[in-house]
Amino acid sequence: MDIELMISSFPKLLNATLITLKLLSVSLILGLFIGFGFAILRMNNNKLINKFAYGYSYIFRGTPLLVQIFIIYFGLGQIEYLRTTFLWVVLKEPYWCAIIAFSLNTGAYTSEILRSAFQTIKPGYLEAGRSLGIPSKIIFTKIQIPIAIKQSLPAYGNEIILMLKGTSLASTVTLMDLTGVAKYIISTTFKPVEVFIVAGGIYLFMTFIIHNVIKYLEKKYGFQT
Amino acid sequence: MELLYFGDKGWGDELFFATLMTIAVSITAMIIGFIFAALFTPLKLSNNKFLNSIGNAYTTVIRGVPELLVIYLFFFGGSGAIMFVASIFGYNDYIEINAFLTGSFSIGIISGAYSTEVFRGALQSIDKGQFEAAKVLGFNKYIYFFKIILPQMLRLAIPNLSNVWQITLKDTSLISVTGLVEIMRQSYIAAGSTRDPLFFYSFAAVLYLMLTFLSMQLLNRLETKYSKGY
Repeated sequence: MDIELMISSFPKLLNATLITLKLLSVSLILGLFIGFGFAILRMNNNKLINKFAYGYSYIFRGTPLLVQIFIIYFGLGQIEYLRTTFLWVVLKEPYWCAIIAFSLNTGAYTSEILRSAFQTIKPGYLEAGRSLGIPSKIIFTKIQIPIAIKQSLPAYGNEIILMLKGTSLASTVTLMDLTGVAKYIISTTFKPVEVFIVAGGIYLFMTFIIHNVIKYLEKKYGFQT
Repeated sequence: MELLYFGDKGWGDELFFATLMTIAVSITAMIIGFIFAALFTPLKLSNNKFLNSIGNAYTTVIRGVPELLVIYLFFFGGSGAIMFVASIFGYNDYIEINAFLTGSFSIGIISGAYSTEVFRGALQSIDKGQFEAAKVLGFNKYIYFFKIILPQMLRLAIPNLSNVWQITLKDTSLISVTGLVEIMRQSYIAAGSTRDPLFFYSFAAVLYLMLTFLSMQLLNRLETKYSKGY
């Protein structure tokens, strides 16, 4: 055990954790919007729209995240037309490519989580709302959404942790996130175990915090439905 | 389409064998995962606090740390560890372990953590009366486990195990970083030499979709077979 290496690499890894957290938070926020949008499309009665939303989530859940990042980072740059548009400013940056891939990926999982949360709301609540003459907009915002949030919290907590682990793939497109820096230190010092303990410890600490925040929220929103 | 021709001109045969490699790694990893699950599930259910914490540490660490980091640990640390063991026995040459073994082993450890949780959940949701009845009737240990507990456990575990299979299958794409030529690595090579990354990575995505679709079809059949009532 090389304790000195562990101590000296800790600040470097902690610094890289900032990038991991930035990637995670931005893609989770974007993913939440995408997921919400597609969840609503999934519940649409129009078959075509429904199929489209299902196809989106099927493709993004059925392929590895690594393929998605590679298609966006290496693949899209190949289309000549894209190079002339303003999109190219975004797509030539590995940071934004990673964020696009992560957001689309977590969006697909989130849409499934939200859809099942919306669909498991007992019809009695909606009927009760309607028979009281509450406008459907208010039923949606005041009845459906709070219940859906409560029901999707445990699954969404899992998704956040999966996404935290997913951000490690950013290191494959040259970003120096926690895993990227860890790999760099391992390949220069050839001390994989020590670096793994430090980097893994940071990841575990983050999962621990996320886990507990979700638990707290579950308790807070734990009203009976 | 020319890019997919079999033979020297296209990448069809290479990609075909790469797909077989992905399947082979996934299956090996799944089996290694089962072995780990068989070792750690009893620990997680044990009443002994020490054994219990070993089981919990395994599932918590593996499920909380990115797959890529675990793969780097085994990729960079695997041959070192084996050389260390070999040096105890007086063998001091450089040993390089096969990329296939390192890959399947690291993915296997990851998939084992998920399988452990699945088996634990399944065992815990079997009615207690079943265990008691089997004991009271005086069955020997073999019948107790293989004829009474295991069939009931499998029935509860199979739907979740098919999720574990999906995760494992997708995780195999990550071992391309170690140089094992599976779908991702082969696409990377092909994309590099033809300068057509969009086509090859999209094709890789199609291959993965096909694999997940076909395996889901098979697993659903298995699920209906095992979910029959007794």
